[in-house]
Amino acid sequence: MLRKTRERGSTAVALALSIFLIVFTIVTVYIFMSKKWWFPPAITDFGHEIDNQFFRTFAITGIVFVAAQIGLAIAVFRFRDHGQKVKYFEGNNAMEILWTLATVVLFVGLGLYARNAWAQVHFMGASQGALQVEVTGQQFAWNFRYAGPDGKFGRLKPELVSASTGNPLGLDPTDPASKDDVVSPVIYIPANREVELILKSQDVTHSFFVRELRLKQDTVPGMEIHMHFTATVPGTYEIACAELCGLGHYRMRSFMYVVSEADFQKWMQQQEAANQ
Amino acid sequence: MVTHESGGGHGHHQPPSGFIRKWIFSVDHKVIGIQYISLALFSVFLGMALSLLMRIHLAWPNLKLPFIAGGIMTSEQYLALMTMHGTIMVFMVLTTAPQSGFGNYFLPIQIGAADMAFPVLNMLSFWTTFLSLCVMVAAFFVAGGAPIGGWTSYPPLSALGQIAGPGQGAGETLWIVGLAIFCAASLMGALNFITTTIDLRAKGMSLGRMPLTVWSWFITAILALLAFGVLLAACLLLLLDRVAGTSFFIPGGLVVTDTVITWHKGGSPLLWQHLFWFFGHPEVYIAILPGMGVASHVLSTFSRKPVFGYRAMVGALCGIGFLGFCVWGHHMFVSGMSPYSAFAFSILTMTIGVPSAIKTFNWLGTLWGGKITFTCAMLFAIGFVSLFVTGGLSGLFLAQPSLDLYLHDAYFVVAHFHLIMGVAAIFGMFAALYFWFPKMFGRFLNEKIGKVHFWLTFAGVYLIFMPMHFLGLAGNPRRYSDMTAVDFLHPLQPVHDFITYAAIFTISAQLIFLFNLLWSLKFGEKAEEQNPWRATTLEWSIPSPPPFDNFAGVEPVIYHGPYEFSVPGAADDFIPQYLAPERVRKA
Repeated sequence: MLRKTRERGSTAVALALSIFLIVFTIVTVYIFMSKKWWFPPAITDFGHEIDNQFFRTFAITGIVFVAAQIGLAIAVFRFRDHGQKVKYFEGNNAMEILWTLATVVLFVGLGLYARNAWAQVHFMGASQGALQVEVTGQQFAWNFRYAGPDGKFGRLKPELVSASTGNPLGLDPTDPASKDDVVSPVIYIPANREVELILKSQDVTHSFFVRELRLKQDTVPGMEIHMHFTATVPGTYEIACAELCGLGHYRMRSFMYVVSEADFQKWMQQQEAANQ
Repeated sequence: MVTHESGGGHGHHQPPSGFIRKWIFSVDHKVIGIQYISLALFSVFLGMALSLLMRIHLAWPNLKLPFIAGGIMTSEQYLALMTMHGTIMVFMVLTTAPQSGFGNYFLPIQIGAADMAFPVLNMLSFWTTFLSLCVMVAAFFVAGGAPIGGWTSYPPLSALGQIAGPGQGAGETLWIVGLAIFCAASLMGALNFITTTIDLRAKGMSLGRMPLTVWSWFITAILALLAFGVLLAACLLLLLDRVAGTSFFIPGGLVVTDTVITWHKGGSPLLWQHLFWFFGHPEVYIAILPGMGVASHVLSTFSRKPVFGYRAMVGALCGIGFLGFCVWGHHMFVSGMSPYSAFAFSILTMTIGVPSAIKTFNWLGTLWGGKITFTCAMLFAIGFVSLFVTGGLSGLFLAQPSLDLYLHDAYFVVAHFHLIMGVAAIFGMFAALYFWFPKMFGRFLNEKIGKVHFWLTFAGVYLIFMPMHFLGLAGNPRRYSDMTAVDFLHPLQPVHDFITYAAIFTISAQLIFLFNLLWSLKFGEKAEEQNPWRATTLEWSIPSPPPFDNFAGVEPVIYHGPYEFSVPGAADDFIPQYLAPERVRKA
């Protein structure tokens, strides 16, 4: 069987396989480099840092990808059975050590390099004057709460929750601190001011994702998770749920409006007025 | 090492006479292996059918589809298909075929044993797995349908019952029970594999002479033993939360569709994620390690060269196995877990890239300087290497928490795990099937049809899964049944359409495989030689198909390493493991 297969022109198969691998590699690299489908521009300093790390990772994985696929293509063509003698060797310890060390340095080094970006967003808390916004996920909507002029979030009671009567978070009206709280289905934030999000969930796990922030964070029932950023580019950005939360997962979206400080104050006053 | 007389209940090991004892409730590891492979084959076509319906829905949302109640697929129906696709593929295909299927058939033969250590337990493992499949598939037919929580089944969505969504009632309960049964079956199988490898090796089959396939099944069994116990416990806790009013995973104060959940408090949704992924990450290696073993084995055989760096390959298998238990947190970077743990998990995950890279280098080293014949088995093994590289490299992005913040739960992840744990593992199994089919059934799979199957599949899987990377970079979240509700997804619709075409193409190509399989069983070219591939391991020393007790009561003796190809000074370009040194012909 083996002999018969060999006679059936292994050169043609070898050539086809090599060409396939090379074409596949070139097309893949081309599409990645054309950036036809790519992330939207980042709107935070942190986002730019992430993009740099993306670029480093692309460079390293890209080189390894091309080297490995082309290496495979060369091997299958060059060492196809054309009557040559096999070079007998069982391995090479020096080479094993060399490529082990090389990959350790490359892969672990890349991981350590990424530490900065991660530390910025997660090891350090928000600064004192940051604007606090509470984000609550629920099947299948987002709600955003601002503390209002008193700077204090009012008490919430689960039994008061009623989306249909306009109290989606269950604000307790008997708590004075809750009187000036602003609840909105979209989030407005001022540009160039630090924002601290307090992420919560009412029912199941959701995930708050804004592409332009390069941030994603699950909202987990029973937990309050803090996240902070400073957006620098005004605009409208879409929020999508990124953790499967039920049948309406695909439509659980909202918008984040990054506006000037003046516009933000104006919006806030309108909201407060509507509250009265 | 024990001799055959004292191990594996060999004394009671007589060929059964009746049809039922021979083919249904068989204790013969070879029959059980074929049963597992058949179960996986049924499951893989079922799983593919589900994915086909999902892909068609994503391209043509308003099309009336067969098998869908009401015709036009709803969001919950989509999620139910998705959940069952993932579950069936991961458990019933990727866990059963590589390990329980091919491992069952060939591990005992490759180490020179007459059967598994515990043949009756082996039979029980299979029928328990079968029961588990039945329970899971039953979820489609209960009120509310199959669960919609994904194969990861995160609570509270999976713990709250019907109130959390359709399919979260009886369907989810069946899913959990089915999975728990599967865990029990896998634990029994793992024990059997480990005991067999340790106790039943023939004389001369030292650890350093075990084929890499045996090593990979052995390491996989250890992973399964340690991982499935944890998943079993997690399933039981989740079941208790649902039926017994406990709150392992459910915190207090939840409000679901305006209903206050007062009967649960104090639980942690993250606990499930930790337990699940402590199983879930090793599970990835349970799926892929046997494929690695097969790829090494086949690459060496058809390059007519020893595996490059056999010891490094064994070391890398062990390294991947060990590190596989230290990296589960990389599935939880956005879960709310401590950012310090995330950083530690990240570095450990980058480290697991090292043994993976060693394996890739060694596969290339095995080809290098060889004399390659392109049988179908070899083509699939080469395809495995290519897919493993492509799928593995995207892991370097996902292993970094700062990048994962963007890519997590997006299509980039879907591309990553499908390529590496789905398609690469399946390519390993195709290589195994084309390679061992003549041994198992005494006939060859048709090589011409096989080549057509290879080319269409190899091109097809790349056409399906490469574009998913781009969807992920553009931020497309996964598990969306509809791309119209979020504005930034609209421009991505052509990519989804393309993927759907590629999926229809590739799935159709699998019918060619199915035809080849059925046709060759009956009409395939007869494998008259015992060792048609001129390979070195023990299965090629016995008739095709092998007799009931494999070696006809004679214990083989092993004299050589597993990959002695083209040894200088020998007349033939291979020295079988079982060939006494004085019988090796000199050049």
